[in-house]
Amino acid sequence: MVSPAAERNELVRVEGVSLSLGGVPVLSDISLAITEGDFLAILGPNGSGKTTLLRIILGLLKPDRGRIFVFGRPAEEFAERDLIGYVPQKATHFDPLFPASVWEVVAMALRSVRGRMSRAEEDAAIRRALDTVDMSAFRNRRIGRLSGGQQQRVFIARSIVRNPRILFLDEPTAGVDAETQDRFYDLLGGLNIAGNLTIVLVTHDIGIVNKHITKVACLNQRLVFHGTHDQFCTSGALKEMLAGGHHLVSHRH
Amino acid sequence: MSAFFEYAFLQRALGAGICIALACAVLGVFLLLRKDAMIGHGLSHIAFAGIALGLLVRQWPMAVALAVSVAAALGIMKLKETAGLHGDTAIAVCSSLGMAVGVILASVSGRFDAALLGYLFGDILAIEPAEVILSVVLAVAVLVLTAAYYNRFMFMTFDRDAARAAGVPVRRLDALITVATALTVVLGMKIVGILLVAAFLVIPAAAGLQTASRFRGAVAVAAVVASISVAGGLLAAYVLDWPASGTIVIVSFLIFGVLFVFRRRT
Repeated sequence: MVSPAAERNELVRVEGVSLSLGGVPVLSDISLAITEGDFLAILGPNGSGKTTLLRIILGLLKPDRGRIFVFGRPAEEFAERDLIGYVPQKATHFDPLFPASVWEVVAMALRSVRGRMSRAEEDAAIRRALDTVDMSAFRNRRIGRLSGGQQQRVFIARSIVRNPRILFLDEPTAGVDAETQDRFYDLLGGLNIAGNLTIVLVTHDIGIVNKHITKVACLNQRLVFHGTHDQFCTSGALKEMLAGGHHLVSHRH
Repeated sequence: MSAFFEYAFLQRALGAGICIALACAVLGVFLLLRKDAMIGHGLSHIAFAGIALGLLVRQWPMAVALAVSVAAALGIMKLKETAGLHGDTAIAVCSSLGMAVGVILASVSGRFDAALLGYLFGDILAIEPAEVILSVVLAVAVLVLTAAYYNRFMFMTFDRDAARAAGVPVRRLDALITVATALTVVLGMKIVGILLVAAFLVIPAAAGLQTASRFRGAVAVAAVVASISVAGGLLAAYVLDWPASGTIVIVSFLIFGVLFVFRRRT
């Protein structure tokens, strides 16, 4: 079964998704679409269901109700996993003594799925991914010996090494200083525009709404808002979030 | 010293010991990183119930122990997933149950005797030629399995969610590692004894993990430490007239200690 929306270059369609965990509603009737080229920020306070929604889209959780289409196919049938890149929320919470070099961390994702690449092509792809995030100089460094910001860049390299068309990031800058965050978002912005990579970023930090974001979805169990960056800045959703104690720092020019 | 190499039983002990040690060391690196260090101890306790059941029904105690251990290992995996228990808690629950059932079955069957203990504690110096072949087959199977799934095992051990999202069948591979560990523990237990199997699963891997900065290096160091421990331990036991199993464990611990002191700080 192919969703009719797939013809409109829609990469992900969420239709009426609801989920309760332990009898507590986490998501109620969520519907949204992610189109090719989007840089979508999914915003919401802690516990609003953002990560749960992301995990449902990725097929890591099953909703109680509703349907998900990924690249036009029902999520449960979607098998072309190299089209998707993912940086989980706790990516940097790994065992710091894990004996993996930066190179191995990127290679493990590429070589985990049998592909059609030769060893030389795989090595070239890993080098390209590390070059993209400017981490080639650290290729032999143990991952646990890098700073949080450097680790996140390596995890971006790991998530793009298979040339995905859409990249999901869950709270990627948690615990990273403001200057590093800016550079990180510039990197993502570059991937979005120059690399034609659709990006979906989940965060509780409204300050992420910067020059690179094109669309915003606000979640608080229900979908409170879904529209463009400019619509968001003038919408009631923004006022509601600001009233809730969130702070917006818009860097859009 | 040259006499050491002339005894057939020592040659068999060396060959089988190194094979079992290699299988344990390679699996051990993954188990330690998955926080499953105690699974060797746990599964050997569960195998006790299997041996006792086999003796009670008078049907191939080793086969029954293998079946019980594999089922229990998969049960531990399920318990961790569905009950939300930490790995060591799930192992402790199942191993306690295994010991309790084993004691009852052995008592009911009236087989609380040397035969039961022989199945459980093995003896590296009493290895038969057929057991050497079994050890080689086990080691080759574990090494081939690890080579075939190396990157997937590493990815799911490092970042389970990212591996799942990337299409790695983590539950199926969990089961594969678990079953391979159960087979290694039960077969190794009969061939070299509980003490050595449990030690081989932990100490060489711990030495590798604290020494190497790359995953491949950790596996290689674990394998080398395991092999040297068997050879050095057997030789020391021969020279000092000490029990072989205990001496091998002491040698592996000494190597671990030396590497701990001089570990690379990369």
